[in-house]
Amino acid sequence: MHRPNYLAVFWMFARNSLIRDMTFRTNYIIDVIFGLCWALMNLGFYTLVYRLMYADGDGAADIAGWSQYEFFVFIATTILVNSFVEGFFMANAEELSELTRTGGLDFALLKPIDTQFLVSLQRINWSAIPKLLLALALLAYSIPRIEGLTLHPIQFILYPLYIVMGTLILYSVMIGLAATSIWLGRNQSLYDFWFYITNFSRYPMEIYEGSFGSPLRFVFTYLIPILVVINVPAATLAKPLSDTNWPLAGFAVVATVGSLAISRWIFQRALMSYRSASS
Amino acid sequence: MLARAQIWWTIFTMCVAERLAYRGDFVLGTTMRFLPMITQIFLWTAVFASSSNGKLVGFTRNDIIAYYLLTMVARAFSSMPGLASGIARQIRDGEIKKFLIQPIDLIGFSLLARMGHKLVYYGVAIGPFALVFYLCRGFFPGWPPAEYLAAFLLSLVLSFLLGFFLEASLGLAGFWTLEISSLLFVYMLFNFFFSGHMFPLEILPEPWRTWVGWMPLKYLAYFPAAVFLQKIPADQLWQEVGVLMAWTTFFYFLSRRLMHAGFRRYSGYGG
Repeated sequence: MHRPNYLAVFWMFARNSLIRDMTFRTNYIIDVIFGLCWALMNLGFYTLVYRLMYADGDGAADIAGWSQYEFFVFIATTILVNSFVEGFFMANAEELSELTRTGGLDFALLKPIDTQFLVSLQRINWSAIPKLLLALALLAYSIPRIEGLTLHPIQFILYPLYIVMGTLILYSVMIGLAATSIWLGRNQSLYDFWFYITNFSRYPMEIYEGSFGSPLRFVFTYLIPILVVINVPAATLAKPLSDTNWPLAGFAVVATVGSLAISRWIFQRALMSYRSASS
Repeated sequence: MLARAQIWWTIFTMCVAERLAYRGDFVLGTTMRFLPMITQIFLWTAVFASSSNGKLVGFTRNDIIAYYLLTMVARAFSSMPGLASGIARQIRDGEIKKFLIQPIDLIGFSLLARMGHKLVYYGVAIGPFALVFYLCRGFFPGWPPAEYLAAFLLSLVLSFLLGFFLEASLGLAGFWTLEISSLLFVYMLFNFFFSGHMFPLEILPEPWRTWVGWMPLKYLAYFPAAVFLQKIPADQLWQEVGVLMAWTTFFYFLSRRLMHAGFRRYSGYGG
């Protein structure tokens, strides 16, 4: 059987989505503005919090060992990873439950291409791009302001790599959740679940400590590895390289491969129980 | 008069029944809504660990946690999911015509429907809320004095009305623009930041603090919580409740004006 050229197909998806986005230009611009506003408001909130911590007189301001500009790198990383997930996968995962409900998944199954690839990447959301630029600007602003940080070239190589891995872990969680809509017929609270689970990943993992925090940290690091998603890349760039970080950095690689494999398995199991919706 | 009351009662019971149909989903949804509280507790514990005297803008860590929990109560009253977009949709697809023909008032009907939904919501949500508040009781400084408690309860009811008339006004703007989703998004953005949902408004620097102090948004989340925690000075308490009443009255009249003006310019065709 002829094997489709996945790269060419992906390119076509991206092109079509761009044409679509540019057709509804006002909508695109509004999406961009709101995306940026949310990100800036979040940044504004932490600026206020750090301002308060400085103002209380003892001169120290850090959240679980993250100084202001280190934390800004953390936020930039959050924006980066989330815009990749939103840009590539979010709209598609949402669409999957709709496809299941309406029976449109039939058409995806008929096409001579990997179904998971098709349903995961059909629609690229270009309005995430400006947020990427915002995140890069934030990195460029914050990194020189972190005291005593000298970057090693390897950090510049590792950072993008871990961003990609973080994106893939989140993708796995997302497609795993979306696949459950094939089982359940409908999964309206997918977004909610997604929001509540990823909510844990948006904060430095060091804040989870104590008799309740430590088990929580363990679960969300090693069982559902969402704490790895932002924390590992952010620490790679914002903190000096240290030997103590290697175990977690190594685990991130294992976690990425593992999550992808498990989500692929879940997706295919879910497909097998797809019964189509009669028209 | 009696016939009229009967109509309202029928509408109300209908909406209650409609809402009860999805109660399972409800319980799960409400319980999950508390999950972000867990990260908030850890986050603020870490923030306060860096503070030398354990206080920021007059809040201790426990105050902040209690504040977030209380804003959830306030928002259970003031948030109106789908109200504005629902009204705008009815205007767009012509469903609004039924209010022109039937002897039912659009705003009155929506208000009763909302009350029905909210009552069912409280009936179901009280379980998860009670559980979480019981588990988190250590964060609270204790019950406020009777005067504050009365102001708190009153502000909850008023925040429901304010939220309702404010969002109804937004939805009625649909008579003029049809598509109000961008308007709603701007509102949502401001609401999140300036209602006190995201943080206690004391954190804002001047002049923002003063501006936001006069805006209606703060009554939707910040104010009831701040009253419960006695962050409002006693001499300003009833003055603030007065401002809340004024805003509620303003949006009541605004929504009615918008509805009548809208009906005058509305033209429906076909179906």
